[in-house]
Parts: sequence; C-alpha cells; structure tokens
Amino acid sequence: MKHIDEYRDRDLVDKLVKGIHAISKKEVVLMEVCGGHTWAIQKFGIPSLMPPTVKLISGPGCPVCVTDRRFLDHAVALSRLPGVVITTYGDLIRVPGSSSSLNEEKSRGADVRIVYSVLDALKIAKENPSKKVVFLGVGFETTTPPSAAGLINAMKENLKNFFLLSSHKVMPPAMSALIDEGVAINGYIAPGHVSVITGTSIYEPIPRSYSVGCVVSGFEPVDILQSIYMLVKQFENNDFKVEIQYKRAVTPEGNVKAREAINEVFRARDDWWRGLGTLPLSGLGVNDKYADFDAEKMIPVEIEETKEDKGCICGLILKGLKKPNDCKLFGTACTSSNPVGACMVSHEGACNAYYRFNR
Amino acid sequence: MCLSIPAKVTSINGDTAVVSVGGTEYEASLQLLNDVKIGDYILLHTGFAIQKISEEDAIETLKVFKEFDELNEQIKPKLEE
Amino acid sequence: MEKNVLLGHGSGGKLSHDLIKKIFVAYFDNEILRQQTDSALLKVEKTTIAFTTDSYVVDPIFFPGGNIGKLAVCGTVNDLAVSGAVPKYISAGFIIEEGFPLSDLETIVKTMADEAKKAGVVIVTGDTKVVNRGQCDKLFINTAGVGVVDDKNQEIAAGKNIGAGDRIIVNGSIADHGMTIMASRNFGNFKTDIHSDCASLNAMIHDVLDAGCRVKFMRDATRGGLATVLCELAESTGNGLVIDEKAVVVKENVRGMCELLGFDPFYVANEGKLVMVVAAEDAEKAVGIMQKHPEGKQSSIIGQLVSDHPGKAILLTEIGGKRIIDMLAGEQLPRIC
Repeated sequence: MKHIDEYRDRDLVDKLVKGIHAISKKEVVLMEVCGGHTWAIQKFGIPSLMPPTVKLISGPGCPVCVTDRRFLDHAVALSRLPGVVITTYGDLIRVPGSSSSLNEEKSRGADVRIVYSVLDALKIAKENPSKKVVFLGVGFETTTPPSAAGLINAMKENLKNFFLLSSHKVMPPAMSALIDEGVAINGYIAPGHVSVITGTSIYEPIPRSYSVGCVVSGFEPVDILQSIYMLVKQFENNDFKVEIQYKRAVTPEGNVKAREAINEVFRARDDWWRGLGTLPLSGLGVNDKYADFDAEKMIPVEIEETKEDKGCICGLILKGLKKPNDCKLFGTACTSSNPVGACMVSHEGACNAYYRFNR
Repeated sequence: MCLSIPAKVTSINGDTAVVSVGGTEYEASLQLLNDVKIGDYILLHTGFAIQKISEEDAIETLKVFKEFDELNEQIKPKLEE
Repeated sequence: MEKNVLLGHGSGGKLSHDLIKKIFVAYFDNEILRQQTDSALLKVEKTTIAFTTDSYVVDPIFFPGGNIGKLAVCGTVNDLAVSGAVPKYISAGFIIEEGFPLSDLETIVKTMADEAKKAGVVIVTGDTKVVNRGQCDKLFINTAGVGVVDDKNQEIAAGKNIGAGDRIIVNGSIADHGMTIMASRNFGNFKTDIHSDCASLNAMIHDVLDAGCRVKFMRDATRGGLATVLCELAESTGNGLVIDEKAVVVKENVRGMCELLGFDPFYVANEGKLVMVVAAEDAEKAVGIMQKHPEGKQSSIIGQLVSDHPGKAILLTEIGGKRIIDMLAGEQLPRIC
C-alpha cells in the first residue's frame, strides 16, 4: 500500500540499523511520547535491532493511560442514567474506573456504543432525538480537532441531544514536565500526528532549555529508525534541535484550519496527568460558546469517589522511571486479560506492549 | 492517539471526499483541510482528512538513504576488524 | 473473575480460555474433555469416532461469501477434519426468533444442504425451537458432527508427536472472515469488496493425509485468529515456535481494512483456514497438494517448531526484528491509538 510499504522496505531498514550501530558510541536514552509509536516500536520488534548503547523508553503518550480515573467514573455514572447513550472510541471501553468499566456497564445493559468517528456519534444523536448522546473525547492534538468539528456541526444543525465529555490534553507541557522532574532523557521521538496539527514550533523550548533533541517521527519502521538515527547523531554531535523526519506529513506551520476548530470550541485548563500530577493549561475543556454541548455542565450526575489501586506504579512507568517488569503486580495480579492499571489496559500502554511482546 | 492512515482521494463532493485505503473506501470529512484534489493522498484520522501527504517530501525522505550507502562503505572496514 | 459474562468471553482469547477452564471443564471434567482438542476422540469398540459441536450466532447472518448456515456446516466439518477424521454425519438445531422471514430461513437451509453435499456429509437429525421476539437475535444454529478416525491418524488431534524441526503450514490468506463481518456491520460505514473465506477443508486435508505426508497436528484458526492457535501450540507442546511474518499471506484489501481500524490480522477470525504441523521432509509436498485445491491456493510454510524459548511463539517481523506473539485478552476492538 502506497505511503506504507515503502517505509517497511527491508534494505532501507538494514541500512538504517547499520547506520545507528555505526554512529552510536555513548549511552543514549530516547523517549517516545505517542501511543502509536509505543505500539509500532514493539510490533516491528525495533528494540531487538538496537545496539546496547541505545535505550528506548516509553513516556506518557497514551492518553488513555494518563487520563484521570475520575473521567472513567464520570462516564460510568453517565452510562447508568436512563436515556443516555455513551459513544466512545474502542480504546476506552475496558479501562478500569474505581468500581466498574464501560464494558462492565455494557454487560449490565447500559447503552454503550463503540464508534469509529464523532460523525457516527452525531448520526446516532440525530436518529435518537429522545436520547442524550454523550461522546467521550480523549486524545491529544490529533484527536481534538475531530471532537471540535463534532460540536461545530452539532451547533450548526441545532442538535439538542449531543454532548461532549472532554478529557482532551495537549502534549508539550508533559514533555517539559518530565525533564523538570529529573527524568533522564537525551532525545524525544516526537509525536508525528500531533505535529501534523500543531506544527513544530511547540517543541523549540525543549532543545533550547534542556539540551534535549526532538525529532518529529512518522510511524513506519523506516520513519522510526531514521528518527532514532537523527537523534543519536544530534546527541553524538552535541547539537540539539527540532528536526522533522516525517516531512511528507508534517510542516513547521501544521494544520491551521484544524487548530482554528480547536480554538473555536475549546479553552485551555489545568489538568491532572497520571504520573505527572496537575500540569497548568495542559487540558482542554469546552468553552462558554459551546456550553450547551458540554456534558459536564448539561448532564448533572453523581460521581463516586475515585479509588486508585495500591501497588500499581503506572505513574512511574509513564514517566519512564520504571519498566513494566519493575512493578510487583506485572504479570501476576495485573495481566492483559485482568488489567489493574491503565498502562496494561490500553492497547498501546507500556505495560500492555511489554506484556504482549517482550516478556 | 494517532492512528492515521494514508488514503487516496478518488472523488470529492463538497465537504466530503471518497478516499481509498488498499481498496476499502470511506467517505471522509474535509472540514479540517483545505485545497484537496482528486488523486491527492491524505491522512485519514477518525473519519477526517487531517493533512495532505506531500509526494515530493516522501521521495526526498526515501532518497536520504543514499547517504547511508556511503556511510556503510566507511564503516565496512571497521566492522571487518 | 468478572461478575457477568462479557462479549470478550466469547472471542476465543484469554477470557474465553479462562471461562472454559474455570466453569465448563471444572464441572464437566473427564479425561477426554481435558484433551481440549477440536473434536473429542471416542473409542466405540475398536473404532475411533470424532465428535464435535459448535453454535453459530454471527451477526449479520448474511455476509459476502456466505451466511450463518454455511458457517455452521463448514465449521463442524472442519473441526472433524482437522482432528484427522473423515466427517460423516451432522445434526442441526435451530433457535429462531419469532418474525424471522421464512424466505431467509429457506436460503440458509438450502446453503447448508449444498455445503453438506460438497463436503460429503449427511445432516441426519435436528431440532427447531421458536422463541418470542427479542429472546434471540434472529437465528442461532447449533451443529454437532461425528466422523471416523483411521488408526494412523489418531495422534493428530492432540499433537503429541510434535517436535523441533516440524514445519508449520497455513492454507492461505488470514483475517478475511473477521474483517468481512466487521465491514458488514457497517461500523464506520466503510465500503469494501472483501469476503469471507468460509469453506470446508476436508477434501484438501484428505488428499494430504492420503499422500502419506506425516501430519502431526492440525487446528482450524477461527475465533482468536492465527495467533491464538500458535500460542496454544507453543504452550501445549512445550516447544518454541518461530514464525516468519513475510510468509503469512494477507490480502491487500483485508490489510487496508485492518490498517484503518487498527486491527492486527493475526488475531482476526478465519473460517476456512487451518494450521498444520508437518514433518520437515513432507512440508513442501503437503503445500504442493494443498495449492491444487481452491481452499489452499495460497498455502505456505509460515514457520517451524524449535527447541529454543519453549512455550513461546516468536515472530520474525517483516523488517527483521523479533517479538513475542501473545494471546489476546478478549475481543480485538477498533482503536484510534
């Protein structure tokens, strides 16, 4: 398939792997902060191709993993209200809340539907005018414009029964916070599709303030390997900067139209990240203009007290400070079929990827 | 949160376009992107076209590997030591 | 364990295995059941009979490449055939929702008759129940089947003779059926021309066995996909497996659907694919025979058993990397990450 297969070419991969081996002399720690990268790196077996000097660690790139358990509890509480339809991406359905999950609620009769797009959720709202359709918005800057488009369309079409429950977040505050916390990182494999939307100026402070390189990477093996090569080269030459490997999709300016949609619907707010705590202006909430579509404001519901699991060290793993098999629960109480923490539930959480591909 | 797939635009109808991924077709929203033409490759994410893929830059990216041939020639003697 | 039954318990992955182990096998426990083979091998005086049952609840009941009836007959025929049996007799029980169109029922039953004829089996007994509207989803079918196992094929079902060096063969493209069902459910409204691979494999299997190929094990790769069978094989034999990703066939259009939804074809259901373990010296011959059948045109050797990493199935990825193939927890879900 075009724009996919060329980047899985074995010859190119071999060249890049040899190149990385050739130039890497000092131990270097590279972190990726995008669930898609976590997944691709494990799926293609990239760690098995690296020289011993190159350490790849996984950061808080899985929005499901960093999302406050309270968001799940809120969704669970809404799903129990009569006449409410919860529409969600598949990623959220098994994430454990304090006492239940959307999957559990579905098995008990709640109307929970997995959708491919917010556009499908809008359709459900139009076809069921007597029901309140709530769309769960999670994700970083890639997935936020679609949620924004959903609300823009809902307003245009004067829908009275469509709502967004937002846990959208923005990436850059987390990248700085990690280094501020003292996590040893020499380079970021920067998120490719987030950057499609945001452009690359958001990363400039990182090499400037921290001497940590940023290479915006695509998701195919050749992309990731080339990005690793570029980061190792920066590190070996002590020349830290923002570079774009994913040139065919990422421009320095990003997608202005998509950002306009975000600004039309959302406003920045402080938000809590598992592993990092509250980061100022790192989350996105529905603004006043679209308040009629904000599930937080429009559908009052009691949410249970949040309970986190003892022993789960997702927080430390999300920061790259611990590896999944450092966790006492890993592989025993917490497995991919019986997950305790979000890192294990999420398809591209570090623990899940590790459990499935690496143990 | 980035599962986005390169898809080819086969027809356009106002604010939507029919795109094809390996033969599977989908009617994508063009609400978040300007200047899309038939024949373009776009990145499809949860039902929306979020960016055009630049053919030129794709070729450039794959060309860069020429420098690796030279690099490999340089390191070959080292590896054989 | 969870308090209620979840959809994941029916998906063929870890949750399914847990449910079977903790409830069904725990209570029904007996020597034959403990073997956990696709068909139970029963000694009736001097003959070994293979006996199997399956229920079909697929939604939608009509899909490109077949319908629920075709699945029922092929599924049971295949469970018998991969256990080394010659399939002989099938039973068919129908649970029908009030209001189900008779014309649809007729189409499905005719399909079953045609498929049975093709496979050389006879549907000899059955049952019909009708339930109130809403008490079942249109139509559920249960089929049970018996076949006869020749003495020389007795070891195939449980795979007790598998050893390092044996080759692993698959009879063609994977993920066709599961992605067809996904597409047919109108999830996301994708338009595609993919179709189910639903087919009876007994004729193809018969020719391979008849030619004297040393087949040591077979299993059909239905729910849970190819990966689940490979994991089960690694665990039950205590051998390691090495699989070459490039040797596994995935049709272009199926791949497109998988990429769109974030599905891994290794975990997607098939209804006309088996995993066959053959002695190394017979592998090419077996593949040659299979390729002459329409259900085996794209047969290939995808890997082999090894003495390293016992109990683990390792994948050599298409770019030369290595990783473990693991069993999926529950059902695979469309994702955006």
